Amino acid sequence: MTATTAPHEDHHHGPEKGLMRWVKTTNHKDIGSLYLWFAFTMLLVGGAFAMGIRAELLQPGLQLMEPQFFNQLTTMHGLIMVFGAIMPAFVGLGNWLIPMMIGAPDMALPRMNNWSFWILPFAGGILLSTFFMEGGAPAFGWTFYAPLSTTFAPDSTDFFIFAVHLLGFSSIMGAINIIATVLNMRAPEMKLMDMPLFVWTWLITSFLLIGAMPVLAGAVTMMLTDRNFGTAFFDATGGGDPVMFQHIFWFFGHPEVYIMILPAFGVVSHIIPTFARKPLFGYSSMVYATASIAFLSYIVWAHHMFLTGMPVAGELYFMYATMLIAVPTGVKVFNWVSTMWRGSMTFEAPMLWAVSFVFLFTIGGFSGLMLGIAPADIQYHDTYFVVAHFHYVLVTGALWSIIAATFYWLPKWTGKMYNEKLAKIHFWWAVISVNVLFFPQHFLGLAGMPRRIPDYSLQFADFNFISSIGGFAFGASFILLTYIVIDCIRNGKPASSRPWEGAKGLEWTLEPKAQYHSFNTPPSRKLIEAESQNS
Amino acid sequence: MERKKITKGFWIKLVSAPILMFAFAYAMVPIYDVFCEITGFNGTTGRIDSEQQYTVDENRKVEISFFAMTMGGFPVQFAPKVNSMIIVPGKFYTTSYIAKNNTDETVIGQAIPSVAPTDAALYFKKLECFCFNKQVFKPHEEVEMTLRFVVEPELDKRIQDISLSYNFFKLEK
Repeated sequence: MTATTAPHEDHHHGPEKGLMRWVKTTNHKDIGSLYLWFAFTMLLVGGAFAMGIRAELLQPGLQLMEPQFFNQLTTMHGLIMVFGAIMPAFVGLGNWLIPMMIGAPDMALPRMNNWSFWILPFAGGILLSTFFMEGGAPAFGWTFYAPLSTTFAPDSTDFFIFAVHLLGFSSIMGAINIIATVLNMRAPEMKLMDMPLFVWTWLITSFLLIGAMPVLAGAVTMMLTDRNFGTAFFDATGGGDPVMFQHIFWFFGHPEVYIMILPAFGVVSHIIPTFARKPLFGYSSMVYATASIAFLSYIVWAHHMFLTGMPVAGELYFMYATMLIAVPTGVKVFNWVSTMWRGSMTFEAPMLWAVSFVFLFTIGGFSGLMLGIAPADIQYHDTYFVVAHFHYVLVTGALWSIIAATFYWLPKWTGKMYNEKLAKIHFWWAVISVNVLFFPQHFLGLAGMPRRIPDYSLQFADFNFISSIGGFAFGASFILLTYIVIDCIRNGKPASSRPWEGAKGLEWTLEPKAQYHSFNTPPSRKLIEAESQNS
Repeated sequence: MERKKITKGFWIKLVSAPILMFAFAYAMVPIYDVFCEITGFNGTTGRIDSEQQYTVDENRKVEISFFAMTMGGFPVQFAPKVNSMIIVPGKFYTTSYIAKNNTDETVIGQAIPSVAPTDAALYFKKLECFCFNKQVFKPHEEVEMTLRFVVEPELDKRIQDISLSYNFFKLEK
């Protein structure tokens, strides 16, 4: 190609052929797809572990497995779902959508993007390989409290530590990339307050990631040196303190839960205005609420530790600070509901997932408030009530928004429409079974059933049976989801470039299947204003 | 309008933020120690160097209960000499713990104190304690280890019972 050829002709070349396309790609859309498929695979793996857990809990007594193996399943289920499924899925959505939403041709640091994805399969592989090691996989719960994870842990823990380091690296690089993209690659005519909310929430999440993930890396590095190199950070005999582990872990852990939910808020803030055919209510309050939640998430960590023996002043501070988070979160829920108020609503699959997100996530939020009350937490701590709470916010919160986003943007990713009828059947199947699965766990927890236990006393039998049946039905719903997505890619009817009537956003100005290279020339001010959520 | 370029300064900021946060995780170790000492968080007891004078209210009584524990196969029998004492805040008291090494080997241990309720920890001050240093127990030796302490009168009036427990850990060498 000579220098005289028109430059844009050069930009329309397609992807490389064959497998090496995926290994070498620096294209944000390819990397987004890789992230999403990886996350989906991990979701199925982590889901299989959950099926094992629910099968053992179907009846009281030990039927299927040794308690040690049960503990390995609960630990790996948590780790795989948090670090392997939810976080990569959001990074995948961010990769696919952020450049298209801000009128950028690609991510700012495309080679680092490739690297941060390709670390993941190795990290996930190392983590899963611990099942086949002597002594088995880590069995100390996903929170890996010392000294259980230092003095009393199996040898495979060192592999777990290495895997967490790699996952942390991947996330930090992903976050740096997103910050650089949003702040530098944005269409020059796009102001910060023109940015769609998914971009805003991801930008804020990136700051949480670069603030919190290194602290996790620090915690596991201390574990590593405690285990192998004679330090005593968490060992009282050497002047260390195991409670300090919990402080460091939750200083990471609490921002982490917002890392997993803020992008979900962004997704829902796109879908609800589209299907209510109204502008988003309170755009700027959404931005400020997200930023306040992110700030507050750094100063409430010890509400996970009310039972470690804290002075009353400490309990009061962490309790009130926790309650404070309900204010900006309430603003968001209020805004979503107000957006729907008197809208011309239709209920296509993405909207069904988004509306049920608002409802079910709020249930999870309320049980979170209950857990945040220090004196009440003494009753709820480490029971199934906690399990019910975080599954409502992570499954019917984070995962729900990921599925909603998948249906909403699938036409833009594939240029084809999914089967709406099957998608609706899948939604009702999933939303009913997930409540059968998790709602009874509230009652189990209030009645005192502890978490992470393979056996239980007889009075818990009925609710556990119901919960397990719901679990199997919910697990099976993912077979249908897989079918719907593959069917859409293979046989879907062609979609228009703006398949949703009320949809706004620069991504909908692209071709029906977004071209491999988009926005080589930045969009104009007029186009940005016409597609802005803030109007 | 041109798109912005990523400047060197921006790069440095982006990369140094995670490095600083990694360092912060390590900084939490000394911060936590200092924080516990100042606030009595986590049941950390205080230490004083000389017998100061406090204003004493003779009518006020607080019961102190003593507990002893050993961890991880620590082979020394360890118990308080008296299980509890009634004390007056502001006065100094002496009591002791008895340890007996039943093995044929020398054992080295370290006692870690903890006070409950944690709000009392800040006012529980020790002048002399076997927990200040590591302890060496010769084979079949029985030792009496003294403890001299005061509960400062600033202690919340509502607290009438305090538990002091020691947990002995084995040191390798």
